[in-house]
Amino acid sequence: MSMQKTGFYGVLLAIIVAAPFLFPDFSTQLATLWLFIIVAMTWDMTGGQMGYNSLGNIFFYGTGMYVAAVIAIALVYDVGEYTGAAGGGRYDFTNQQYITGFLLGTLGAGVFCAVSAFILGYVLFGLRGPYFAIGTLGMAIAAGELVSNWDWVGGGQGITLPVYAGDFDQTKLFIYFAFAIVGVILFIFLKWLYSTRFGAAINAVRDDEEKAEAMGLQTLKYKLVTWSLSAFFIGMVGGISAFQLISFEPLESAYQTINLGIFMVVCVLLGGKGTLWGPIVGAIMFQIFKEVTWNYFLGWQWVALGALIVVTVVYFQDGLMGWLMHKKPEWFGVRVESKDDTVAEPAE
Amino acid sequence: MSIIEVSGVSKSYGGVKANHDISMSVEKGGITGLIGPNGSGKTTLFNSIVGYHPIDKGSIKFEGKEISRMQVPQIARLGLLRTFQQTRIYSAMNCVDNMLISLPIRKMRFMDNFKRNTPEDHERADRLLEFVGLYEKRFLRAGSLSFGQQKLLEFAMALMNEPTVLLLDEPTAGINPTLINGLIDRLKRANSEFGITLFIIEHNMRVIMNMADSIYCLAHGEMLASGSADEVQNDQRVIDAYLGAH
Amino acid sequence: MDQILGNIDLLIQFPVVNLKIIIDGIMIGALFALAAYGLALVWGVMNVKNLAQGDFVIGGGYVSWWLATTYGLHPLLGVPVAFVVMWGIGWLTYKLVISRVIERDLFTSLLATFGLAIMYAQIMNLLFGSDTQSLVLDVSALGLQNNYYFADGLIDLPAAKVIGVILAAILATGVILFMKRSRMGQAIRATAQDARAARVLGIDTEKVYAFTFSLNSAICGAAGAIIVMVWVIQPFYGITYSVRAFVIVTAAGLGNLPGVIAAGLGIGAAEQYGSHIFGIGYQQAIAVMLLLAVLVYRLLQQRRNRQVLQ
Repeated sequence: MSMQKTGFYGVLLAIIVAAPFLFPDFSTQLATLWLFIIVAMTWDMTGGQMGYNSLGNIFFYGTGMYVAAVIAIALVYDVGEYTGAAGGGRYDFTNQQYITGFLLGTLGAGVFCAVSAFILGYVLFGLRGPYFAIGTLGMAIAAGELVSNWDWVGGGQGITLPVYAGDFDQTKLFIYFAFAIVGVILFIFLKWLYSTRFGAAINAVRDDEEKAEAMGLQTLKYKLVTWSLSAFFIGMVGGISAFQLISFEPLESAYQTINLGIFMVVCVLLGGKGTLWGPIVGAIMFQIFKEVTWNYFLGWQWVALGALIVVTVVYFQDGLMGWLMHKKPEWFGVRVESKDDTVAEPAE
Repeated sequence: MSIIEVSGVSKSYGGVKANHDISMSVEKGGITGLIGPNGSGKTTLFNSIVGYHPIDKGSIKFEGKEISRMQVPQIARLGLLRTFQQTRIYSAMNCVDNMLISLPIRKMRFMDNFKRNTPEDHERADRLLEFVGLYEKRFLRAGSLSFGQQKLLEFAMALMNEPTVLLLDEPTAGINPTLINGLIDRLKRANSEFGITLFIIEHNMRVIMNMADSIYCLAHGEMLASGSADEVQNDQRVIDAYLGAH
Repeated sequence: MDQILGNIDLLIQFPVVNLKIIIDGIMIGALFALAAYGLALVWGVMNVKNLAQGDFVIGGGYVSWWLATTYGLHPLLGVPVAFVVMWGIGWLTYKLVISRVIERDLFTSLLATFGLAIMYAQIMNLLFGSDTQSLVLDVSALGLQNNYYFADGLIDLPAAKVIGVILAAILATGVILFMKRSRMGQAIRATAQDARAARVLGIDTEKVYAFTFSLNSAICGAAGAIIVMVWVIQPFYGITYSVRAFVIVTAAGLGNLPGVIAAGLGIGAAEQYGSHIFGIGYQQAIAVMLLLAVLVYRLLQQRRNRQVLQ
C-alpha cells in the first residue's frame, strides 16, 4: 500500500473514531448512517456485483432483530413468558447479561440469517431478473405478516428489550461503535473479496449468466455463498438495531419493506452500483437528503423520499460513481481504444 | 473411439420437427464437422447436446455418460464446452479479465475461489491471447472490440477453460475473409497442440472441407449423409440439398 | 393448532360453509382479476411491471369514498367517476415517469413503480388519514333487500357484493369488446406483438403506450370504487393488491384472458379458505404466500424444460 493510501485510510479511521465525541448530539444519526452504509454495501454484493436485484434483503434485517432479541432474552428468561407479559412484569438485565446477550445475540443473528439465505436462495435463485425481485419482496412481506401473528415473539406488539443499566450516553456510544466495527470489517472484507477469483466470478454472473454457466461455473453455488455472506452482515446489524431501538414491532421497524428495504437500494443507486465506494457515498448522500427533508418538509417527507426514489431510478441510475466513471474512465483503470492501437500498454 | 454418442435423437417445436431420429458420433481427438442448409436443425442438435432444451426421444452420451437430462452447467463441467453463434463475452470487462474468469474452476477446489489469480494464470492468459492475436488489445474493454475480434476472444476463453471437447457454432461467420485462413490454422493447432476434440457447425464449405476428418450433413432435420470430406462433397444428395433441389 | 383443526372440522361438518366461502372468494376474486388484467395489459404491451397497480386500486376507492362522504355522491356513480379520475392520474403518471422507463431494463421499471407506489400511498395517507374506510351501498330504494339469506341463514349474500360482481363483469366485457373491436384496441394488440413493426406500419406507439397505461389505471380505479362498497380500503393496502395481481398474472401468463379470470377467481377462493382456516390475521400473509407458491410451481415447471424463469 502506498504512503498516500495509508494516510487516507488512517485519516478516515481517525474520523470514524472521533466523530461521536466531536458531535455527541448526533451520535444516534451517526449510528443510523453506519446502518445505511452497511445495508447498502451488503445489497450491492448481490445487486451491484452479481446482478441479482433483491427487494427483500430487509428480511434478514428483521429476522436479525428478532433472533438477536430472542437469544438475549432466552439466556436469562423464558421467552414466551417474557413477551406474554409485554413489559408488564419486571425484567431486567445486569450489565453482564446485557453484554453477553448483545454479543451472542448479534452473532447468532448473523449466523441464522446466513443459513436462512442459503436455504431460501436454493429456491429463489431459480428466479431471474424481475421475478427474483418480486419473489424476494414477497418473502419479506410474508415474513413480516407471519411474525406479527406469532405470539411467542410478541405478535403485532413486537418485543421490548431490557435496557442497559448504565449511563444513557454510554449506551449510545456503545451502539455507535458496534455499528462502526461491523462496517469497517465489512469494508475490509469486501475489498478483499472483490479482488479474488470469487469476485470475478460473481461479476461474470452479472454480465452474462448464461455464458458463465456454459463456461462451467456453478453459478448457483456462487449466488448462494454471496447472498449468505451478505445476509450474515445484515443480520448482525439487524441485531444491533434491536438493541438500539430497545422496543420494536414487526411491520414498521423490523420488516420495514417500504422503508429501509427500499432505501438500501436507493443508496446504492445514488452512489453507483457495482463499486466498492458507491454504496458508502450513496448512503451518505441519502442520509443527508433524509435529514433535510425531515426538517423542512413537515409531513411530506415520505412523499419526498418516494419522489427521490423515482427520480434516482429514472434519471440518475448510474449514480455518482457511474457518472464519474463515464467522465473520467482513466481514474478507474478502464481503457478505451486509443487513436493508435499499438499503445495499449500493460497496467502493472 | 467416439467421445460424443448421439443416438436416435428427435426434437420438435410444436409441429415442426427440428431433429428427427438423428444418430452420429464425434471421434475423440479429431475434428468433426456438421453442415447443412439454413434451418436444417444444426443449432437445435447443438443445443440438445449442451443441454439448452430437453429432447423428445433418444440418448446423448458424453464419454459413455448419459447427459441428455443434465442442466447446462453440469454438462459444461464435464469438459464439454460450446461457443455461441452470436458471440458471448463479458463486454464490460477487459480481455485479460475475460480470460481469467474462464479458468477451469471445475478442476479446482471451491476454496481456491478465494485466492487471487497466480502469475502463471496471467501468463497463460497472455499466451492464449497471443495465440489468437489479441495480445496488443488485452487491456481494452472486450465490448469495444470488433465482432471478429470478439469471436477470437471467445475462442481463446474456451481454450483457457481446457475443455475436452469444444463445440463451435459457425466460428467463421461474420469474420473478415482475410482472417479466415488464420482462424482455420488456429483451430487446427488447438486440435493438434492442445489435444482438444472439435465439433464444428459451419456454413462455409471451403473451411470445413479443409479441416474436418469426418463430416455429417443435415437437411430438413434428418441426417442426409456422412463420411470423409471427399465423400460428402461428392454426394449427390448433399449437392441437391445445398442447391435447394428438393 | 387446535383452532386450525377446529376450523377445518367446521368445513367438514357443515359443507354449506364451503359454499359461502367459495361464493365470497369468487366475488372478491373477480375484482382481483380486473386489477390483474390491467397489469397483464401493461406488462404485455410495454413490458413494464407495475408495482403501483394496487395503489391505483386504492386510489380509485378513495376517489369514490371522498366524493360520497363530502358531496353525497351515490357509491354506484362513484365507479364511473373513479374510472375517469384514475384515467387522468394514470396519464400523468405515464407522461412523467413511465414513458421514461419503457425502453430500459426491467428492474428499472419495477423499482420506479415501487417508488411511485410508496409516494401514492403516502399522499393518500396525508390526504385521507390512515384509518380503514368503506361505503355502505343502500339498495332498498331500488326495491331490493340489502342482504339475502340462504340455507337457514348460514349463507348471507349482501346485495352490494352481487352488484359489485355484476359491475366487474360489465367492465371486463366492455374492455374486452374494446380491445377486439376498436381501432385503438387493434393498435394496442399490434404493439404488444411487435412494437417496432407497429411503428414501421405507422402506429403511434407512444400514443398507444399512454393510452394503455391510462386504461390500466382507470380499470384499477373502477375496481377500487367497487371494492370500497364491498370491503374496506386503507392507504397502505395497495401493495397487497399489487402482489395479488402479480400472483394471478404469473400463474396465468400474459395475454391469456380466460386464464387471468380463472386464476383471479381461484386466488380469491384460496385466500378466503386460508383466512377461514388460519384466521383473518393471516389474510395478507396468505396473499403473499400464494405468490411464492406460484413462483415455485412455475420454477419447477421450467426446470423440467431445462430453463429458468426470467
